[in-house]
Amino acid sequence: MSGQPRKRRLEVEDAGDVTVVNFVDKKILEEQSIQTIGDQLFELVDGEGRKKLVLNFSNVEYLSSAALGKIIALNNRVKKAGGKLALCKIRPDIKDVFVITKLDKIIKIVDDEQTAIQSVS
Amino acid sequence: MSEKAPHSSEVGKDVVILSSSPDQARELQDRIEALLNSTDATDRDRFCVRLALEEALVNAIKHGNQLDPKKKVTVRFQVWKHQAEFHIVDEGPGFDPNDLPDPTDIENLERPCGRGVMLIRHYMHEVEYFAPGNAVLMRRIFQKVT
Repeated sequence: MSGQPRKRRLEVEDAGDVTVVNFVDKKILEEQSIQTIGDQLFELVDGEGRKKLVLNFSNVEYLSSAALGKIIALNNRVKKAGGKLALCKIRPDIKDVFVITKLDKIIKIVDDEQTAIQSVS
Repeated sequence: MSEKAPHSSEVGKDVVILSSSPDQARELQDRIEALLNSTDATDRDRFCVRLALEEALVNAIKHGNQLDPKKKVTVRFQVWKHQAEFHIVDEGPGFDPNDLPDPTDIENLERPCGRGVMLIRHYMHEVEYFAPGNAVLMRRIFQKVT
């Protein structure tokens, strides 16, 4: 098991100087995949120096509180690097999770990708 | 398990003992999801049950049993046409669900504590923890607006 390569869980595109990230997984629930997603997101900021990030959730159907923790940590890293993060295309059930936990107060959430790109530019 | 539902509307029930392994929890989730197909559950109900069950199982396996493979999580579930009920017990020391920091307090927004329990309380219609806090009973009534 330990020798297995880690599955790529993010699709990363460039829109000018903004990095748009799509999630490969429909369900971001499992501990191991959340850890990998977190590592790959952090690498974009810490390793590749990307500071303007948009996370597109159009593919995501489920999201657990552990995944929320990674997004909060990512938001902190981006802020620390002097950058901006925005979330977009979140289906209503999942957006509800951000609202219930009041994370919509600290993380920018908009409807569509274009607005998200503009908000971090 | 509950006196609120007549036996005739029952879709399935079981007692499942999980090792502290996320894989077994996943199998149980898939089984519940399949059962919900035979109920009046809406897409919203499915989302709520899946998320609450996920949070409760993670709490039991990770925070309760500390991922100790020797410790078990016992799940009793019963699914009726109009509701689903889960009783989840781990072998950890338990916790006081009323003594968690408020995860929506601005000072705690960036801390990981208590968010799972908060989501469970939001997505299930009845949630009860039993002393010493290593057991939870939760129920969702289908098509009831939350």
